[in-house]
Parts: sequence; structure tokens; C-alpha cells
Amino acid sequence: MTERGTRPAVWQTCTITEIVEQTPSIKSYFLQLSRPFTYMAGQHVDVRLTAPDGYVAMRSYSIASAPSASDVIELAIERLPDGEVSPFFHDVAAMGDEIELRGPIGGHFLWPERPSAPILLIGAGSGVVPLMAMLRHRRDLAQSVPTALLLSSRTERDVLFRDELLSLETADPNFELALAITRESPRRTTDFGRRIDSAMVAEVIGRLPGMPEHVFACGSNPFVNIAADGALMAGLDASIIKTERYGG
Amino acid sequence: MVTRGFFGRNSGGDEADRIPPGQHVVDHWPVLTAGPTPRIETADWKFTLKIGPKPVKVWNWSEFNALPKTKMTRDIHCVTTWSKLNTAWEGVTIDDILADAGVERLTEFMLAHCFDGYSTNVPLADLASGKAMVALNYEGQPLARDHGGPARLLVPHLYFWKSAKWINGLQFTERDEPGFWELRGYHIYGDPWREQRYTND
Repeated sequence: MTERGTRPAVWQTCTITEIVEQTPSIKSYFLQLSRPFTYMAGQHVDVRLTAPDGYVAMRSYSIASAPSASDVIELAIERLPDGEVSPFFHDVAAMGDEIELRGPIGGHFLWPERPSAPILLIGAGSGVVPLMAMLRHRRDLAQSVPTALLLSSRTERDVLFRDELLSLETADPNFELALAITRESPRRTTDFGRRIDSAMVAEVIGRLPGMPEHVFACGSNPFVNIAADGALMAGLDASIIKTERYGG
Repeated sequence: MVTRGFFGRNSGGDEADRIPPGQHVVDHWPVLTAGPTPRIETADWKFTLKIGPKPVKVWNWSEFNALPKTKMTRDIHCVTTWSKLNTAWEGVTIDDILADAGVERLTEFMLAHCFDGYSTNVPLADLASGKAMVALNYEGQPLARDHGGPARLLVPHLYFWKSAKWINGLQFTERDEPGFWELRGYHIYGDPWREQRYTND
């Protein structure tokens, strides 16, 4: 048995074609692949930076763009105050720079091939990136599978892809967006003005027309634990809950 | 290829020769798990040794804790590129588990099984001879749930996905049977010093 998404990945050089400031701490980097690959929504790439003395720093970043025929992929990178790679991207990287990466990687946290039963997505901060790839893929294929996204951010300005998500919700009756804004009052009555908890997860599940058969949760370990426990307490089976937690 | 404007935080210190290629040292301990974090009470805990489909011996928590304990301080390396140095563990070596069951080298390969359905394959040669243990304590404390408590496999010389959390059994297999991540694009063996991260690396 071999799962989806297991083809070997080779290193390639890509070029930064565009940088977009998305939130005060997150920028999108559009990368032109020199060796285009097909990928699935939810997969990531490894990025490799090399110093003049040969020192190498490597990190994984989820792909935010939807699978398509394009040879440009989008990564959304949050600036981590004590980081090594993310400050390079935020402070140094410029359009035209060449970056090495390999991908696609990951055969678990993947949007199902032909989804029919409801899907629950739960993310915090830049944890929405792989979920955004899933939502964009769903939109591009005009899939009508009922889907809800519970997205936690500090403030409204920190909501990554906020305008796109709001437009998507307006345009698609089968997509529910629930924001959890932790450090200010939310603007919409359907959003939450507190940190994630089990009651919130249960309420968002209740906005779907049926019990979800797939749950994807992505964020910090404590956040993902609360999200997954909330889904379990709502009666969902552990086997349908896929999680991705920030690395180190 | 040198990346324009990147100089990195190359420690270059005494520890540089302990850090495999592409890894960086962390002081904290990141948690990575593919699903919900299971809750396993020690009253419900059991560990099964199998040969193929056949159970050979089952230990409950107190029986397992009565086995000889071994301490090990090792560097650990996660495929997501963090490494943590000098991690201090205590547990039961695979040698002592096999000895208690009266079993010797039956096949060349083992598959570790876990309460959450996770599995990972490790050759017996990498588990025996004091190389690996089922760890019960970390830094003198019971292993935390987030890190695989009550018990996890510890195979410190391989990428850390091989050190399966929430372990509940070891199984001798005739062939090297790929486990959870090995079926999902990760390397069958996972040696950090040879950067065996993904299939065919």
C-alpha cells in the first residue's frame, strides 16, 4: 500500500516573483518553480538557505496556493521573533532572489480527493495556510461539500487572507467562516471574541448540515490540542481528526 | 547555492559536530503529532510483544515497571530539522523486554505499534544492544502526555518519528514493513547523519 503524495522530491532553485504583506507579521512569497511539480492541497515544501561558509538552515512551509497548472506557488511566512529563517524572508529576501526548495512533501494532511460529507477546518494564525490551499482548491473545483473554517487570530488585522475568506463566505452558501478574535472584539456577530474552547468547536460543528467526516487542525501544539479535544468531545472519532503542529 | 544575504546563526561551537546536516539546535521541545493527543491511564496501559500476528507476552503497567530500568542521555533529531541535545531518559531497553519474554532474534525487523494507531518500523539491529528503550521518564519525571506518556519508544540515533509516542507493542515482522510515515513519503530507515528524510533520500 502506498498513500497519496509520496513521490520523491528533489532540490530546485526558484525565484521570488512577488512579495505581499498580508498582516503585520505575515508576508506571502510567490515563488516561480524551475522544475514545476503537481501537489495536493495541504502539502508543504522544505526551504533551504545556505550561508557563504556552507552553513545550511532548512524549514518546512505549507503551500498556500491551490493546486493548479501554474508554476508559481505561494508560501505565507510568519515572522518569528527568535527565528532564523523567517526573519531572513521578512528583512532580506527581495523580488528576483533565488531560493532553494524541494517538494511537495506530506502524505497525511491532505484534502480528500472526492469529498462529500462535511469538513471542519480549524486554524490559528499562519496555521490557516494549508487550510487556505484546501479552500482555494475546493473553490477552483466548484466543490459544494459543506465546509466550515474556525480561524483564531489576535486581531482582525492579523487574520491571514481575511478579505478572501470573507468574499468566499459571501459567494458560497456551503462555506461557513467563524473567526475567533482573541485580543479585541470581533466585528461580526457570527464571530467569537475569545480563545478557542470546546464549546466554540461544538458551535461551529453545529453550523454544518451534518457531522463532519474530516477535521483538519493546524497551529501551535496547545491550540491544536484544544481544537482536537473539542472535536472529540463533540462526538467525532479520533481517526478522522488530522493535525499539523508548528515545528521547531 | 549560497543564498544572497543569508548568514544564519551558525553556532560553530563545541557542539557543531553533534548536529547532523540540515538540523538546528533548539532548547525547547517542539511537539508534532498527526492526530489528537491520546489520554492513556496507566491502569489501562498494556504492552504486547508479538511475533507476526501471535502475541508472545503482555505486560501491564506495574509488570512493565518491574523490569530492569536503564538511563540514557542522548541527542535527538527531528526530521522537521530541530535537534535537542543531552536529553535524559529512563526506561526499559528492548534487550530487557525480549529477555523477560524469553525471546531472542526471531526476525530482523520490528514494527512498533501505538495506542493512537500509529506505527513505525525499525530493524532489530537498531533496537537491540542497548541502542533503544521504551522510555517511561524524561529528566527524572514521568513522560508527559504531549511527548508520548505514559511510554514511548526511544531510538535516538534515527529521526525522531521512529521514537513512536504512546507505544503499546512491538511486533517481529518477516520483512521491513513500512509504518505510518514511511507509507506517507518518509524514509524507510531515517538516519539523520545521512539525511534520510524522505523516500529515496
